[in-house]
Amino acid sequence: MNWTSPSEFFAMGGYGTYVWGSLSVTVAVLFVEFVLLAKRRRAALVRIKYNTTLRREVGK
Amino acid sequence: MIDWFKYSSPKTFYPIAGKAIPWFAAIATVLAVAGMYVGFFMAPTDAQQGEGYRIIFLHVPVSWMSMFIYVIMAFWAAIGLIFNSRLSGMMASALAPTGAIFTFLSLWTGALWGKPMWGIWWVWDARLTSELILLFLYLGFMALQSAIDDVRRADKAGAVLALVGVVNIPVIYFSVQWWNTLHQGASVSLTRAPSMATIMLVGMLLMALAAWMYTAAISLMRVRCLILEREHHAAWIHELKEIKQ
Amino acid sequence: MNDSLGLYACCRIAQRDLKLAMRRKSDAATPLLFFVIVATLFPLGIGTEADTLRTIAPGVLWVAALLATMLSLPKLFEDDYADGTLEQLALSSAPLSAFVVGKIAAHWLLTGLPVAVLAPLLALQFHLPSSSLLVLSATLMIGTPVLGLIGAIGASLTLGIRGGGILLALLVLPLYVPVLIFGTGAVDAAAAGLGATANLSLLGAMLVIGFFFAPWAITAALRIALE
Repeated sequence: MNWTSPSEFFAMGGYGTYVWGSLSVTVAVLFVEFVLLAKRRRAALVRIKYNTTLRREVGK
Repeated sequence: MIDWFKYSSPKTFYPIAGKAIPWFAAIATVLAVAGMYVGFFMAPTDAQQGEGYRIIFLHVPVSWMSMFIYVIMAFWAAIGLIFNSRLSGMMASALAPTGAIFTFLSLWTGALWGKPMWGIWWVWDARLTSELILLFLYLGFMALQSAIDDVRRADKAGAVLALVGVVNIPVIYFSVQWWNTLHQGASVSLTRAPSMATIMLVGMLLMALAAWMYTAAISLMRVRCLILEREHHAAWIHELKEIKQ
Repeated sequence: MNDSLGLYACCRIAQRDLKLAMRRKSDAATPLLFFVIVATLFPLGIGTEADTLRTIAPGVLWVAALLATMLSLPKLFEDDYADGTLEQLALSSAPLSAFVVGKIAAHWLLTGLPVAVLAPLLALQFHLPSSSLLVLSATLMIGTPVLGLIGAIGASLTLGIRGGGILLALLVLPLYVPVLIFGTGAVDAAAAGLGATANLSLLGAMLVIGFFFAPWAITAALRIALE
């Protein structure tokens, strides 16, 4: 263990803004990528279901 | 004897990818947690750079991935052109956004590392410039594909573009050898002993593997989306559990 | 006649393109005018201080040459694609790459070569020393064919796409960056007394590699567009 206290951990020897700025943006961007992809998947499934219903209705 | 061509049909590939994604995601999470623990709690303070060097556990993995993804993307683009297979083209298209994101993160984390260490956010040296060009290549690939309405033509045109741009990857990789740049040279090599402490190397490799597993999971997710979007008329789609619900 | 290499086809298509361009001389002259105007904008915008101009001259002239080339690229295959000539060329017995090389050669004679000749004259406005003028011209002589070859890849990929001109720029400019760097690097190195041979050789290497590999990519892209 390197750190004697939580405040020391967050300060990162003075480089806190840079280290946490890197980590936060990385996590945020990758998370947003995942969320957008989940939305895209849902939209694709909805579209297929809609088309299936449409075809079924038209076929009647 | 594996029948590779069987797996190149979207119908066969879709369920296999679906089963694989949770595994890749789980492994990625475990490796990331382990890597972050090693990097932030076990690795000692650097003699010259203090605590700021810990950005390396983010910067190096995303930079490696930005180059690696492009090569894989170019590989699938080539396979798509040679065998005229739809799925290979889709795989290339699925990898591009993730590659662009990693390239952006490489530039971002690099800038945040450079500012405290060398006093500047950016420098026009060979490695940074070619990494920036890599970002433009990814974006150009995505722009070209979205501008062409015919999906098959978009896949093939993008494939040609991706293959033309693959020249940039060796340039990025060898730039620190060919030019005197501000960016530091390679500390990790396949042949020589690494010039950094083992525990730091372990942390970096764990994070790199985590990034790789993440890429696999997210691009398989994206390929499944592409299959749903493109093959929406196919009969097997309507038999899917997700649709029948 | 036996034209398996396509040399005859290459020359004939180049002649044809030049003849067509001469029928509309203003179309051929526009990129050159653009080159001159853009190069004139920089001193007006940045300031007319002689030392500043001397420093920025290679970069400005190279960027202007780059932009002028890109402006003329969409028309490289457009007209032939629109009236069906391109399809005929693709179907003919001579290799498509021969026609492609011929068209790029004609394009260079109309755009690249005049730019390389005009640049030293414009460089005088930038107070570039006469020793650098020859190097500048040499870099453009070798560089503009490379720009044409790489640009033709972009032109063939974006053939027939709406908004293709801007997309072409987006695709091609990143690939132009190494050419730009070595082109201006040669002039700067010569001015600093280090000699331009290193940068010029790299430009030459790019030309050779481009000449061999670009036609492959261009014909692949053209066939994709013609499908």
